[in-house]
Amino acid sequence: MTHHILETPVTEAQVRALKIGDTVTLEKTLFGVRDANLIAMFDRGRKTIFDMKGHAVVHTAPNVRKVPVTNQCPSGYEAMCVGTTTSQRMERFTRPLMEREGVRIIIGKGGMGQATLDAFRDIGGAYLAVVGGAAALQTTWIESIEEVDMDDLNPESIWRFRIKGFGPLLVTMDSHGGSTYEKIQGDAKSKRDAILASIGASE
Amino acid sequence: MQLDPKEVEEIAKTLYIRAVKLLPPDIKRGFERLMAKETDATGRAVLNTMVENIMVAEKRQNLLCQDTGIPIYNVVIGKNVEFDGTAMKEAIRRGCARATTENPLRSSVVHPLTRKNEQTSCGIGVPIINVDFDGRDETVEIEMIPKGSGSENGSFLQMLIPADGVKAIKRFVIDKVIECGGRVCPPTIVGVGIGGTSDLCMHIAKVAATRPLGTTCSDAEGAKIEAELSEAVNELGIGPQGLGGRSTSFRVHVEVAATHITMNPVAVNIQCHSARRANAVITPGGIDFK
Repeated sequence: MTHHILETPVTEAQVRALKIGDTVTLEKTLFGVRDANLIAMFDRGRKTIFDMKGHAVVHTAPNVRKVPVTNQCPSGYEAMCVGTTTSQRMERFTRPLMEREGVRIIIGKGGMGQATLDAFRDIGGAYLAVVGGAAALQTTWIESIEEVDMDDLNPESIWRFRIKGFGPLLVTMDSHGGSTYEKIQGDAKSKRDAILASIGASE
Repeated sequence: MQLDPKEVEEIAKTLYIRAVKLLPPDIKRGFERLMAKETDATGRAVLNTMVENIMVAEKRQNLLCQDTGIPIYNVVIGKNVEFDGTAMKEAIRRGCARATTENPLRSSVVHPLTRKNEQTSCGIGVPIINVDFDGRDETVEIEMIPKGSGSENGSFLQMLIPADGVKAIKRFVIDKVIECGGRVCPPTIVGVGIGGTSDLCMHIAKVAATRPLGTTCSDAEGAKIEAELSEAVNELGIGPQGLGGRSTSFRVHVEVAATHITMNPVAVNIQCHSARRANAVITPGGIDFK
């Protein structure tokens, strides 16, 4: 149960040092990705302008306001509310994100599956859980939206955020085959029959 | 009382913005009740973060969650109210669009095939507007629910048969809560519809999922199952965000409807911990936002 402060981009060794139960605070840069831009990248062959090598992505589509371009708002967007969406829908994109774009860390909510766990093991990656639905709080960790790609997909554009003290996040999937979700799910399944019996609903 | 579409438009706009920023008091109390019973360290930490988020949203007048949801408006019209139904529905739609463009809010609504986002939170059949009637004199109540998608994706229907019995209904609910795990943003309100046709079953599951905490099913048999399942789901250990603990759900809510002699349908519709809704009561005396 170690706390790590990681400035992005990170190395393979840094991400392989993360174990489930550890906590992480991220600094510097974070990319926002989700359904539409991942479909565009990996099903429709679109290329992003961003270099994501060694970086962290969060599954998100923020609430933003269009503003004049300034030092504080270099993209012309002010971040109003940046939260995290359910990761499971993005399951089949984890490996291509890591292989093609070099992503090392995925931040999301609700966890991901075996394909993601395999990619983490093979390439070196980790999943960090943020508390879903706690978007007002998460927004306080965002300094600005630096640049935006594929904005025709707005709000499902690819966002580059400047972050400060982004966390604490909980490591819930690691590169050693560890998954908090798998464990909790397994425990729930093992309790199922006894719980059903207690409410007269045995098979 | 005459219902003025201009007034309805303003109310529809205000309700959407209020709903995404202010959590109803019954849900806040729900967090206190869960916290009192939660013994898991991770579960307690996650609940604390959620409560902190509610305070940050209020202090900064920010959105509780980035998901502005699918907008649902439930309109209940009392006695002695004169209104133009078409104008009222158009007014709600305009108010919903204005909340999105003027606040602004993220438009989370797209065409299901082209995936085109009109940036207004509106589209074919959306906002969803349900109209019902009750006996209150010169009163109209409008409820706005921005239904979050993480939990809405936790929706299931099974056309069970009479031979499956009540047992299979209970099993269906428990199995779906296990299957959803942390994806539906627990602690949740698990809405269960029992009976009706397939569409009515799904609809009453949504009514159940969005009912205030502290209310019980008006049908005695439904209320019994509600109590049983509420205890049972919190024994699964899924916990807040699916990271472990007792607090998987605030409560299981059940709604029932009569069904056919050949049928035994059950539906599950889940509401996340950001169980947002806002109400306005319109009377000749004015508008009361709740």
